[in-house]
Amino acid sequence: MAAIDMRNIVKTYGDGFKAVNDVSIDVQDGEFMILVGPSGCGKSTLLRMIVGLEDITEGEMVIGDKVVNDLAPRDRNLSMVFQNYALYPHLTVYENIAFPLRLAKASDEEIDKKVHIASKTLELDEHLDRKPGNLSGGQRQRVAMGRAIVREADAFLFDEPLSNLDAKLRGQMRSEITRLQKRLGITTVYVTHDQTEAMTLGDRVAVLKRGLLQQLATPRELYENPCNLFVAGFIGSPPMNFLPATVEGTAVKLPFGTVPLPPERAEKAAGKGLLMAGIRPEHFEDASVRADQGAGSTFRAQVDVVEWLGNETYAYIPFEAPPEVEAQLRQLERDLDGESMHTQLIVNLDGASQIRAGEEAEIWVDGTKIHLFDPESGDNLTVDHDHAGRMPALGMKESSKSPNAAG
Amino acid sequence: MANNETRTKIGTWAGFLFILVWCLLPVVWIISLSFKGPTETAAGSPQFLPKEPTLQNYTDIFNNSDFRDSLVNSFGIAAISTFLSVILATLAAYAIARLEFKGKKLVLSIALAIAMFPVVALVGPLFDLWRTLGLFNTWPGLIIPYMSFTLPLAIWTLSAFFREIPWEMEQAAQVDGATSWQAFRKVIVPLAAPGVFTAAILTFFFAWNEFVLALSLTSTTASRTVPAQLSYFVGPDPFNPPYGQLATASVVVTVPIIIIVLLFQRKIVAGLTSGAVKG
Repeated sequence: MAAIDMRNIVKTYGDGFKAVNDVSIDVQDGEFMILVGPSGCGKSTLLRMIVGLEDITEGEMVIGDKVVNDLAPRDRNLSMVFQNYALYPHLTVYENIAFPLRLAKASDEEIDKKVHIASKTLELDEHLDRKPGNLSGGQRQRVAMGRAIVREADAFLFDEPLSNLDAKLRGQMRSEITRLQKRLGITTVYVTHDQTEAMTLGDRVAVLKRGLLQQLATPRELYENPCNLFVAGFIGSPPMNFLPATVEGTAVKLPFGTVPLPPERAEKAAGKGLLMAGIRPEHFEDASVRADQGAGSTFRAQVDVVEWLGNETYAYIPFEAPPEVEAQLRQLERDLDGESMHTQLIVNLDGASQIRAGEEAEIWVDGTKIHLFDPESGDNLTVDHDHAGRMPALGMKESSKSPNAAG
Repeated sequence: MANNETRTKIGTWAGFLFILVWCLLPVVWIISLSFKGPTETAAGSPQFLPKEPTLQNYTDIFNNSDFRDSLVNSFGIAAISTFLSVILATLAAYAIARLEFKGKKLVLSIALAIAMFPVVALVGPLFDLWRTLGLFNTWPGLIIPYMSFTLPLAIWTLSAFFREIPWEMEQAAQVDGATSWQAFRKVIVPLAAPGVFTAAILTFFFAWNEFVLALSLTSTTASRTVPAQLSYFVGPDPFNPPYGQLATASVVVTVPIIIIVLLFQRKIVAGLTSGAVKG
């Protein structure tokens, strides 16, 4: 086992395109690190640089206490699970799992012992004599993991391992992977584009966008203190709502009305003109259901669509955004691989809510949870620096940010 | 609907039958001839099946030391050409499929140009060259041209196969601790086995059946192969060639080909790569 330390890693392709740009991530020994971002953000490239399948243009890759920049993949002692599993189709499940041991010239008894331990862990015992072609997707996935855990690698690397499974199996394998990682206690780097996997699996999550590290923090920190619009929009499902806003005194003016802000938040955003307010769907509530309305305020709005899921209700409230905010929201949608759609508020209400589509409803909003973003740079003005991990992206576009922004 | 299906079935089978008869009739005729005595083959209007089947032709042919020698030559030359050609083609095709290097297109185009070059046009130059180099009437004298003529096809076939194998296979092997060579030998070659066997069979057939070079670049049974040797089966009477023996020799040289095809057919059956990756 070993820590993986990426120091100012850069990957420049032949055409000058920087797929990974000055990324520094320290993966602690035994930590489960997630690299997440939309397609083309450089997360897979970064993983392949860790394992040695991709050359490092600049920077240092340190595994344990060794710089591995120039080592071949086989000398780095890492094991990897590929997106499409990359099982050897001509070998049985047993031989697939035994493959790394055979290359390491292990004795037959040792191989047999280790393969059986791995197959038992992954419940593959009855499939050992079959070929990968005859296995289901989930079984192939487990064989790929068996091949990874069978030898004492310094770290596991996963490249979107669940993206080829159906939703149900994905949920099961997700908990399997967590359990396995906790039990083996081995350093793990896991690449995904799925924010649910990122939130549920990781000890810490590194959010990347176009080769740049945006924020490196625990899932909770990312969720509660996103460093900019991109992270805020990426983490959370359904995504955070972004509304045009202006701060006046200790209140913020939203399209639906004015909501009082906690003084320290209002202070950070005072005098900045037009801002973007970010409010998570669950920080809204049906005013008639919410008993304690102390911390927030209510507004009336026309509900367009209602989705009742039993335990909760999603209500959609369209609004008009000023052109500069509209443009910023469209850009954000593109960054997030999303479909550009009309501006609307998604609110998550209690399942007991009786609001119907087409009605005007009274909605309560929690003013203490509102984040305010600079629409130009996308930076979160109200971020709590002590609980937001590392935020290299903060203040990148405007150098005159507060000095502790890199904190 | 059912009527339509029946008609399709009947049509298909009629087609099969037609093609079978078309292809196999000459073969059956040769087999039938090989069991006929000299009197029967010389008859003015011979009948299809032998009247008095005899094994005399087979005994004669195998007692003919020239034929036995040429059979050994054929086997040796074809096997060595195939072996060398497949090894070279595998390595070359792997490089073409996997590596980026300057002149890759040029290599492929030249390979194709060689394949299109008429063999007959090379007989004269090769004859002169081989006499000077002392390769005339030797095994290498035939192996070298056979190899060069079959390499292009083998390279094209194999590089197509290699390209089909996902990159991840090798990368997984390398991460698992394999050197590039180990990854190639333990993962890529087994996966390309159908391609390797296809290339091997095509090469073997070419070398086994080749006539022009075999006739021109040899002078004795030290290196003459069966197709060339057959043209020397004249018999005592130039106006009355030993058709029976010729047919027998043809049968004898066809049998190994059929055996090889049947043996390798299983290996060629595709589906080996299925299940490697999510498909």
